[in-house]
Amino acid sequence: MPDKTAGTLATTSRRAPVIKPPKRLVGTVYRGREGMWSWVLHRITGVAIYFFLLVHILDTSLVRLSPEAYNAVINTYKTPIMGLGETALVVAIGFHALNGLRIILIDFWSVGAKYQRLMFWIVIALWIVLLVGFVPRQFMHIFGAH
Amino acid sequence: MTTIEAPRSPKPARTRRRGINGEKWGWIYMRASGLVLVILIFGHLFVNLVSGKGVNAIDFAFVAGKLADPFWVVWDTLLLWLALIHGSNGIRTLINDYTRTPLTRRILLIAVATATAVLLILGTLVIYTFDPCPAGAAANLVPSFCQGR
Repeated sequence: MPDKTAGTLATTSRRAPVIKPPKRLVGTVYRGREGMWSWVLHRITGVAIYFFLLVHILDTSLVRLSPEAYNAVINTYKTPIMGLGETALVVAIGFHALNGLRIILIDFWSVGAKYQRLMFWIVIALWIVLLVGFVPRQFMHIFGAH
Repeated sequence: MTTIEAPRSPKPARTRRRGINGEKWGWIYMRASGLVLVILIFGHLFVNLVSGKGVNAIDFAFVAGKLADPFWVVWDTLLLWLALIHGSNGIRTLINDYTRTPLTRRILLIAVATATAVLLILGTLVIYTFDPCPAGAAANLVPSFCQGR
């Protein structure tokens, strides 16, 4: 008889628990605030940077082949379309770097987890400051006379 | 006596193994390399995209001028190894999270490991076998310091 009881418990534990929908959603379901969005952005920017890095190592390797081969490829980086691509790259790297520092603070700073939400908005603020400094300069380089 | 498994876990939790804890060191690596990469990458971006004529200044002579300086050789070597391993370990995390079958996981992990190994070897060879003044190259394409040679 005890065997049968234990067996029943194992079977029922496999079945998905029935969750009744709450009357009000506030504070009951996970709705993804700063913590989730920073995680999502960290993943997306990380993947984007990774695939650029793979290409960037290959294009830089052309310096070993010949000056002509390297110049032919690097000149495509100076076109307006690629210039916008470089802007997007810096946008991605800027967030990934600043949010990475936030992750380190969450992990190693005694009150890091407590202030993770505030630190997310500090990351966003510093990110904007960084881009205000970079984007006009980059646009001057790629769209301006040179 | 029937054992009661933890709900929804496909495999029983792996018991603690002896030896090096790879996941722990991977976790530490992401944070340690990340900290150094913030400096290395922002420095790299400033010199190559922001200062002077920005991206327009980059050509063979520009790169050759940098790689003739041991400072940039060390900088670029660190950048190559730290960034590529950091990125590959990040992609490994995504593969572990999102693959649905052990086979696709295995194939993708092997692909990432192969790409990482090939690019690390290629990049390192390029940095250390590079000649800023290749024989027979047009004088207007190489750095000015090649003239005296």
